[in-house]
Amino acid sequence: MSGTGLAAGVAYSCGPVEAIPYGEGRAFAVGGHQVAVFRKRDGTLRALSAVCPHKGGPIADGQIDNKVVLCPLHLNAFELDTGCSTTGAAPLRIYPVYLEDGEIVVFVS
Amino acid sequence: MTTLIQRPDEGLAGENSRRRLIVIGNGMAGARVVEEILARGGATQFSITMFGDEPYGNYNRIMLSHVLSGEESHEDIFLNSLEWYIENSITLHTGVRVQRIDRFAKVVFSDDGQITPYDELIVATGSRSFMPPMDGLYTPRGSLLPGLFAFRTIDDTRGMIDYATRDDHRRAVVIGGGLLGLEAARGLQNHGIEVDVVHSGRWLMNAQLGREGGEVLRRSMAQLGVGIFTNNRVVSIWGPDKVKAVRLRDETEIHCDLVVVAAGIRPNTDVATTSGFTVERAIVVDDQMRTVDDDHVFAVGECVQHRGEVYGLVAPLWEQAVVLADVITGSNPQAAYLGSRTATKLKVAGVEVAAMGLTEPERETDEHIIFSEPRRGIFKSVVIRDGKIIGATLLGDSKKLAFLQQAFDRGLPLPEERVELLFDLGGPPAEVGVAELAEDAQICNCNGVCKSTIVDTVKGGCKTVSGVMDATRAGKGCGSCKGLVAQLVEYAAGGGVEEDPSAHYYVPGIPMDKPALVQTIRVQDLRSVAEVFAALAPNGEEDAKSKMGLASLLKLIWGAEAPDDREGRFINDRVHANIQKDGTFSVVPQMRGGVTTPEQLRRIADVAEKYAVPMVKLTGGQRIDLLGIKKEDLPKVWADLGMPSGFAYGKSFRTVKTCVGQEFCRFGLADSTKLGVELETRMQGMESPAKMKLSVSGCPRNCAESYVKDVGIVAIDGGRWEVYVGGAAGAHVRKGDLLVTVDDAETAKKLTARFIQYYRENAKWLERTYAFVPRVGLDRIKAVVVEDSEGIAERLDAAVQDHVDSYVDPWSQQGADPVTPGQFRTSLPLEVLPTMPPDRAEQLLGGAW
Repeated sequence: MSGTGLAAGVAYSCGPVEAIPYGEGRAFAVGGHQVAVFRKRDGTLRALSAVCPHKGGPIADGQIDNKVVLCPLHLNAFELDTGCSTTGAAPLRIYPVYLEDGEIVVFVS
Repeated sequence: MTTLIQRPDEGLAGENSRRRLIVIGNGMAGARVVEEILARGGATQFSITMFGDEPYGNYNRIMLSHVLSGEESHEDIFLNSLEWYIENSITLHTGVRVQRIDRFAKVVFSDDGQITPYDELIVATGSRSFMPPMDGLYTPRGSLLPGLFAFRTIDDTRGMIDYATRDDHRRAVVIGGGLLGLEAARGLQNHGIEVDVVHSGRWLMNAQLGREGGEVLRRSMAQLGVGIFTNNRVVSIWGPDKVKAVRLRDETEIHCDLVVVAAGIRPNTDVATTSGFTVERAIVVDDQMRTVDDDHVFAVGECVQHRGEVYGLVAPLWEQAVVLADVITGSNPQAAYLGSRTATKLKVAGVEVAAMGLTEPERETDEHIIFSEPRRGIFKSVVIRDGKIIGATLLGDSKKLAFLQQAFDRGLPLPEERVELLFDLGGPPAEVGVAELAEDAQICNCNGVCKSTIVDTVKGGCKTVSGVMDATRAGKGCGSCKGLVAQLVEYAAGGGVEEDPSAHYYVPGIPMDKPALVQTIRVQDLRSVAEVFAALAPNGEEDAKSKMGLASLLKLIWGAEAPDDREGRFINDRVHANIQKDGTFSVVPQMRGGVTTPEQLRRIADVAEKYAVPMVKLTGGQRIDLLGIKKEDLPKVWADLGMPSGFAYGKSFRTVKTCVGQEFCRFGLADSTKLGVELETRMQGMESPAKMKLSVSGCPRNCAESYVKDVGIVAIDGGRWEVYVGGAAGAHVRKGDLLVTVDDAETAKKLTARFIQYYRENAKWLERTYAFVPRVGLDRIKAVVVEDSEGIAERLDAAVQDHVDSYVDPWSQQGADPVTPGQFRTSLPLEVLPTMPPDRAEQLLGGAW
């Protein structure tokens, strides 16, 4: 995993996007952060912190739709775009993520 | 008194583009209609003017009895303050009475001499107290005798309190032993007044209660110290300057200082009658709440007669207001009010009373279930016709009210044991009435949600049970508190609870019940969860919460032909193991019928050592659980075990628990282990709406707990087997119902499988058999499964055989490579959680042994 310095943070490559099946998520350790990256059906990516603030559940194992991810432990829901919980839990941090030449790039500030 | 609140924007440009709406009546109906109209964006369509002949904003008339009893002050019961009218640009004329409507000129004439034009008019004049004929009502000068009160308005109530609290006033007579009369009696008692109730009916609350219920209520009232005279009436009041006594029809004389008249209400129809509208018992309206005489004049509330019915309760009024607002704003011109099924639910004078529909059976074939315990003031009765509740009465104990009301409103199927309608048998511990629960009482013990959180959520505007459950997570754990949450929502919404249409959906994201969904999936040949969303979800919108249920349903419908669709699956079903709190997994190998061998045990022991499994534990289903396995180790663990999956992670068939049976047990009557192993071999890995735990016991001592399993089989003497279905011993406890007694194990096996297939096809998502069996009804299940009344037995059996033939063990099928990229990749790449100590078992046991 290589890092490229940017103004106020670092962009990390997390390997080819094929590592994540459509509609699922995978977790990456990115510059000391645990990040869950999801590949939506429309092909776009979303990245959020990988640990549920409620009881530490593995967010990357959760099921998603267009709007939310459900933590697999107690089904707390978090918006993929904002990290805000729709079920009253504390929010998840979100990370900028994009595709570059088929590679997943997560930006950690 | 006339208060005129000017609309701030009166006369401004744009005013002319809005239609003029006049509402005659500022009571609960009038104000509610206006609220509903505003909620539909009516402020942009209408400039609204309201007339109310009481000099106040709008208040909750139902709460007047609480004001009388001192539980609430009159300020507490206002629904809309005068500011509300200003904020919503409503012109309110208080203390002004409309005298006539000229519907040809489209104007109303009011008693302040004004003429006000309208485009649309709503009559919501409500009703007034009925004053039965009595001698001595008036003073010689023609005014109402001091000390005589109606009980209808806030002014009546204030006057009554004033009068009752004077030192020299000690006794009251309340005329009318209905709801309002009894509440008045109790309220006056709170002010230290002795009260007698005189009621012309044969028993108290005869409009809502049958004779027996009325008698129980009389006893309860008498215990509270209220004198009761039924089948009697006041013929005269003695003055002459103020109330001194009354005389009853039977010549009884009661000295008293005040008389409260609560002898029913009559619709206020004067304006409509004078103005030439059709008035029978009340103003006649159609299903759109329009008067039958004029398309631009509507009427709503207690002043209307709809399909021959005149209502005196608040719930119908709310339903009417919704329809009227839909129609008048055009938001749903087809909206129709089809009448209300009225139910009364209240505390009369501290006694809980709930009544709906009929009080007594009408036909010979009607069922009538009654429980009466007058000593404790408890009376319960339910009237059933054709398997549906058509009437119910609960007195002194309303624990079962939520269910009865739902069953009455929606025609739900009823428990076979009718007594369960009246009592919770083997259910959760006795519930306290939700109103009495402390604010901080924990309602949901799984997610730690207390009463005040739920009540606040409802007050914040969330008025559906499912909405409140989503917002608070109450009821989202084991689910055993769902009924209580529903009761609380109902309590907090004060009857304004909104039904969530999605309650009937199979999954929340697709607006169809299960039969419709199955049919559509077959017709449109939808094979994956993504295809189902694209074709059937509103706007094709995916819904994460619906995926698991859809994945299960697709497997049921397409069986072996279902594609390997991982996206729809919950993590457990993607990696064939049960996720634990630290993100590790538990591995439970199959151990059919709880039978194992030294060779299996050796392998399990080896695996436990090799992977440093922190905890090895026996499960409730007679198997061995390896806990704390890392996700990335799962395929290696399976390969080393070389045993099939026990499916301890799925919404599926789980295990068959058995006893040792006749082979070893001196009491055993049959070979229960053999039947258990064979059943498990047939049903292994079968997806279902919820998990299924089975058992086979070799004698009625029932060591395998067959009475509390989804399907439990018990050997009885004579080589026969009993098959029980719908048992449970988890968050909910229920003894299974005897489905059938059969002569041989083969038949027991066949009928068990057939029942399970019927359950798979007909149960709602996550509906365990303990809910499914009573919902569908044991008789019906017997008919279909045992007697083949629908001619589908052959098809059900074939579906089971298809499963048997196509079943593939997911563990042995899993090769060295993941099925999807990163299938077993860890989802917590850095250690964040304290994992279980590696020597957990030794710690617990105080050493290796």
